[in-house]
Amino acid sequence: MTGQPRILEIRQNVLKRNDVIARELRERFRAAGVCVVSLVSSPGTGKTMLLEKTLALLRPSARVAALVGDLATENDAARLARSGAPVRQIVTGTVCHLEAEMVRNSLADWNLAELDYLFVENVGNLVCPASYDLGENARVVLMSVTEGEDKPLKYPAIFHGADLAVITKLDLADAVEFDSDTALANLSAVNPGVHVLSLSAKTGAGMDRWIAMLRGWRGM
Amino acid sequence: MHELSIAASIVDLAQEEAHKRGVRVLAVHLKLGPLAGVVRDALLGSFEMAAAGTPLEHSRLVIEELPVIVFCPQCDARRSVSAQSLCCPQCGTPTPEVLQGAELQVTALEVDS
Repeated sequence: MTGQPRILEIRQNVLKRNDVIARELRERFRAAGVCVVSLVSSPGTGKTMLLEKTLALLRPSARVAALVGDLATENDAARLARSGAPVRQIVTGTVCHLEAEMVRNSLADWNLAELDYLFVENVGNLVCPASYDLGENARVVLMSVTEGEDKPLKYPAIFHGADLAVITKLDLADAVEFDSDTALANLSAVNPGVHVLSLSAKTGAGMDRWIAMLRGWRGM
Repeated sequence: MHELSIAASIVDLAQEEAHKRGVRVLAVHLKLGPLAGVVRDALLGSFEMAAAGTPLEHSRLVIEELPVIVFCPQCDARRSVSAQSLCCPQCGTPTPEVLQGAELQVTALEVDS
């Protein structure tokens, strides 16, 4: 015999498990005194290029390391390892984003207290990473001048959740007639008050402000 | 496309609750905000796939889509806005304080005891 259908109220966040692990990671990062910065963007925005230059600029005075998420290949990790910094690749296989558990597993044997900065490069994707907290201190979303000014309006969730927006490939801005005012207005529309930096990792323009921002976060 | 992994989490969560209480799930009720970064239709399709072969097979996923609600400090009022434009529709003030819109929450199970 089955009874009448009834409603059980439960109220549970679907990503509770990820959020719990992310909180544990955040606490672990805090205790170790490491500043953890994650980078998200669509594929080809220049996350790896920015990170390559950032590791080189920070390295003389700071202990830095990186975790790099990718669906396949370890090419990005190999590129970053040229900086001399410890780099580990997380090959996600069919998973289109990093989750807190992947970060935890790949850090299992690292002594975080030996680091000043840990960068986490997410899989190139502006949709899925938005839902997953990785325990980072700051989440940076990148958009390149070649992608169009309306990226924030197309992917509001990820731009909304970012602590900083970085506009990359500034050296190409004139060639693609990038409209900076429109891009800034769109960023503000989905994330009012968000801090925005524009830079070119290739020429080095704007890199000083980015490095200053990172140093500020570390000081916090 | 992370909806399949989200759907699998929903099935696991619902099944765990149902098992604890010794009931069978007929439907899962979910609240979804536009800032959760999850597409409703993709989630519905994924739920069917994730539920197949589990005790939740043939159960329904009922999604309630929530609007983004912000607080306007100028008007001292709650406002419903689009995720593409977080500013007060009345006075135009930017509204960084989001009160609702990032939900991805199972609120209830419809069960057959």
